[in-house]
Amino acid sequence: MSILNSKVPEGPIKDKWTNHKNHINLVNPANKRNIDVIIIGTGLAGGSAAATLAELGYNVKAFAYQDSPRRAHSIAAQGGINASKNYMGDGDSDYRLFYDTIKGGDFRSRESNVYRLAEVSKSIIDQCVAQGVPFARDYGGLLDTRSFGGTLVSRTFYAKGQTGQQLLLGAYSAMNRQIAKGKIQMFNRHEMLDVVIVNGKARGIIARDLVTGEIERHSAHAVVIASGGYGNVYFLSTMAMGSNATAAWKAHKKGAFFANPCYTQIHPTCIPRGGDYQSKLTLMSESLRNDGRIWVPAKLEDAKALQEGKLDPNKIPEEDRDYYLERRYPSYGNLAPRDISSRAAKERCDAGFGVNKTGEAVYLDFASAIQRYGKLQANIQGIVNPSPEKIIALGEAVIEEKYGNLFQMYEKIIDANPYKTPMMIYPATHYTMGGLWVDYNLMTTVSGLYAIGEANFSDHGANRLGASALMQGLADGYFVLPYTIGDYLASDIKTGKIPTNTPEFEEAEKAIKERIDFFMNNKGTHSVDYFHKKLGKVMWDKVGMGRTAQGLKEAIEEIREIREDFWKNVKIPGKSDDMNTELEKAGRVADFLELGELFAKDALDRNESCGGHFREEYQTDEGEAQRVDEQFSYVAAWEYTGKPSEAKLHKEELKFESIEVKARSYK
Amino acid sequence: MGYFSSSVGRKFFMALTGLFLVVFLLVHLIANLTLFGGPDAFNAASHFMGTNPLIQIMQPVLALGFVAHIIMGIILEYKNMISRPIGYIKNNANANSKWTSRNMIVTGLMIFAFLFLHIINYFIPFKTTEIHNHYEFVVELFKNPIYTFIYVIAFILLGMHLMHGFQSSLTTTGIRNRKYQKCIEQMGVAYSIIIAIGFSSIALWFYFVN
Amino acid sequence: MNLTLKIWRQKSAQDKGQIVEYKVKDISDHMSFLEMLDVLNESLVAKDEEPIAFDHDCREGICGTCSLHINGEAHGPDRLITTCQLHMRTFKDGDTIFIEPFRSKAFPIIKDLMVDRSALDRIQQAGGYISVNTSGNSQDANAIPISKPNADESMDAAACIGCGACVASCKNASAMLFVSAKVSQYALLPQGRIEAKDRVTNMIKQMDKEGFGNCTNTGACEMECPKGISLNNIARLNREYLVASI
Repeated sequence: MSILNSKVPEGPIKDKWTNHKNHINLVNPANKRNIDVIIIGTGLAGGSAAATLAELGYNVKAFAYQDSPRRAHSIAAQGGINASKNYMGDGDSDYRLFYDTIKGGDFRSRESNVYRLAEVSKSIIDQCVAQGVPFARDYGGLLDTRSFGGTLVSRTFYAKGQTGQQLLLGAYSAMNRQIAKGKIQMFNRHEMLDVVIVNGKARGIIARDLVTGEIERHSAHAVVIASGGYGNVYFLSTMAMGSNATAAWKAHKKGAFFANPCYTQIHPTCIPRGGDYQSKLTLMSESLRNDGRIWVPAKLEDAKALQEGKLDPNKIPEEDRDYYLERRYPSYGNLAPRDISSRAAKERCDAGFGVNKTGEAVYLDFASAIQRYGKLQANIQGIVNPSPEKIIALGEAVIEEKYGNLFQMYEKIIDANPYKTPMMIYPATHYTMGGLWVDYNLMTTVSGLYAIGEANFSDHGANRLGASALMQGLADGYFVLPYTIGDYLASDIKTGKIPTNTPEFEEAEKAIKERIDFFMNNKGTHSVDYFHKKLGKVMWDKVGMGRTAQGLKEAIEEIREIREDFWKNVKIPGKSDDMNTELEKAGRVADFLELGELFAKDALDRNESCGGHFREEYQTDEGEAQRVDEQFSYVAAWEYTGKPSEAKLHKEELKFESIEVKARSYK
Repeated sequence: MGYFSSSVGRKFFMALTGLFLVVFLLVHLIANLTLFGGPDAFNAASHFMGTNPLIQIMQPVLALGFVAHIIMGIILEYKNMISRPIGYIKNNANANSKWTSRNMIVTGLMIFAFLFLHIINYFIPFKTTEIHNHYEFVVELFKNPIYTFIYVIAFILLGMHLMHGFQSSLTTTGIRNRKYQKCIEQMGVAYSIIIAIGFSSIALWFYFVN
Repeated sequence: MNLTLKIWRQKSAQDKGQIVEYKVKDISDHMSFLEMLDVLNESLVAKDEEPIAFDHDCREGICGTCSLHINGEAHGPDRLITTCQLHMRTFKDGDTIFIEPFRSKAFPIIKDLMVDRSALDRIQQAGGYISVNTSGNSQDANAIPISKPNADESMDAAACIGCGACVASCKNASAMLFVSAKVSQYALLPQGRIEAKDRVTNMIKQMDKEGFGNCTNTGACEMECPKGISLNNIARLNREYLVASI
């Protein structure tokens, strides 16, 4: 029996959440005023949780490293948010959303959590509309939806190509209302550097004011980590430059188990990388795959000519193009899930069919969509025998209305017109399904320490479906945590304010100050980015889309070497009692250098392929991921024991009672 | 009056007085254009303007409007100046806005200066002395090349002021929207040109032809 | 390409600050502007100098963190983009580029090119929301149909990223475009009408308190706005405020 208690309620899956809510402890409204909650991160999960907890009456202290909660990286989510509203009448239901999510996650997520997610998804849409989120609407004034990868229904609600922005601004506006009332105390430009545990309970944090450099102690009755994912371990990713794993990693080092670190999502439609100077990768929304067709040349000589810039892709005739997703996955086609689409792109490029000078790009082509929409528009407008130019003009107008901002973004970066030549795309790190292990109540293995949103591991298994991250972040923040945290806090109503002058706080603060002093006094030779880039390269090459036991072992060694080098040779200019961006980065990279090793260790330990975790040794004859359910149908939760290499594995067996586990097929 | 102590309220006041002056300018221009109709027409118009009770009532209101518009303009300009205590070393303002829109205070103050001259030259003699033939009086003035030159320059400045002022006032009063936007902008341009050319053409006509 | 950069350096809010000249070499056309600054910063760290502090985060034009007044324009000479989306191909070999912080009394400088834009947050806190608690029982999202043109126009206003380019470009350092975008987003939706009067009144009050200048409709904000927020929103704000005051 594992020491992990997931606290999943008894009963049929569709009643679990309702029953649970009916039986957990509540905190009386008058008592909520005496309880403080710290929230780290103000993205969709943290922002919505902060607002909701404050509305309920708790005193919330929210922390963000950005200059405003509105800038959290949830803002960059483009495509949309799933909900089982079935407004389209295409047969959607909670069960289908649940099923798609479990299957999309390659049967590596906890059934009860996912069902709950599907169940509350409808309330999210209602809540956001009530807040004034301007979702797209049809001409009848009702909400419009579109399709995303890995589903056969249209359940994705969207606000142009800026859904994440609009949902975040919704949560931000709800926060603002509470900030104005004084129920949320907002700490912008503050970074959490450690969690403080008192008598086995999370009772506060140590944070650094990034403007003054001051180290501060903050206490609370519970601490919520909502700091997002750790994708920047790859250096290049679609994350924001500041996105980091420090809060989650520090929580891990203080006793919270880290689950499934090897589950990373590599998003298939990103703008390919350019040169060494590149600082970040830009995502092109998955929604583009509604209309774009993905292809590479069928002939190697064409690919070679494209790589040398000697051939215009429009000149390649239809029969010499390989629409590999349509070929391999006829029923889902270009809307195959992300992990599968990414791998398929890598497979073609590794085989030499890449289309740009690095050989690491495939085409996303809108020509046939332009034709289709053009003809449709000509019909609608009653144009008889339209000229080919007219059809293209009409079609381009439709595409522009749907994806104009994305096309413009592409054109600015690549300096090529995607209406005329096919877009080039390539996979890039986008999301991390792994994260802090949490039980059904979203509590980590440390009492009173919660993890929500991307920071936890719970809902997406080994692969996340498009438009599900926004759903999960808001579900956790608006509709799950506010209930479940009460169950724990009910025992704290008589505790009173948590003092910060205790030895636990002192010790934590001292350790932080020592680490900062070390950085400032280290007479190193290289900047932080030098080490971060090195780490990123190892991670991408050996712990990226395709992993092997050999490569992972090498990666572990190499990461360790980089880490040792880092601690010897990192150089931080400036002062610690001042705004010092290099110092901020150093702390983050130090944590990535440890996390990266655990990541590789977890990948090495999981001798199977599932979702985003692809071990080349475990694939079918057709190159599909091959799970080993008998041995690996569990959540790998790692306990920190002093070194990442010595982390102790705990297994949470995954039981599927409402769903039949089978090979995941999108053919 | 909370409204008028707010930035938006003050701007509204600016726009309202501005629009009032826009109407006045049009009336004034129509009256002046009668100069082309010869002495009889202009003298009749002049007589009407000098005796019509409504116009007489409006005269102090107009004066008040001028003064209010000018004083408020100066107050707002001062507030705007202190909103950016340290300016840019390099500022490429022409890339994003028109000179006329940024220099309302410059054109405004110059028009104000001209207004003095104008009042001394016309308004005071018209009101205080017995001039029987207003037409003659005007024609006489435009024989002076310096005066004609100042007059023309002033009306070019006025046109520039209106070029921004007209449409700005319709934005501030909230009349502009997506539908009317183009129309308002075009009307503004047309109006400003009509005012500038209308008044200047009179001066030039009498200077060169007579 | 090789460039001369004239960058505003200022140690802290209290410090006086000045323009410092730097040379950068072998800059690729394909680099983003911020990547060019990364290259410069790496070279400064190598020389044990403090890197230039500037705000940035998502680097894809949506978080609104990056700022910079580049060669006299907020977010540089290109249109409808933020600084992080500005690419070096916009410049030529041998160019001199001035890089200054966003200037406004309401945006005090923190360090170098970094400014404090929390004034914009405080304006939002004054009323930039719809007072609805999270309950899970709010009415169905489709219960109130909203006409597509209104929903679209509301979305266009809501696209504001709160970067402050409007303030930085305005000769009066006015925040009207920012405030009007938020007011418009809600004013165009039935959910937002209920509190419309209080919202506009309170937001304007806070805006004035923060020390922003008065709008004179020069339109500079609209031109420099990376999200193309329309001046029509300012007209709507004026209308809403007038109605709220009567």
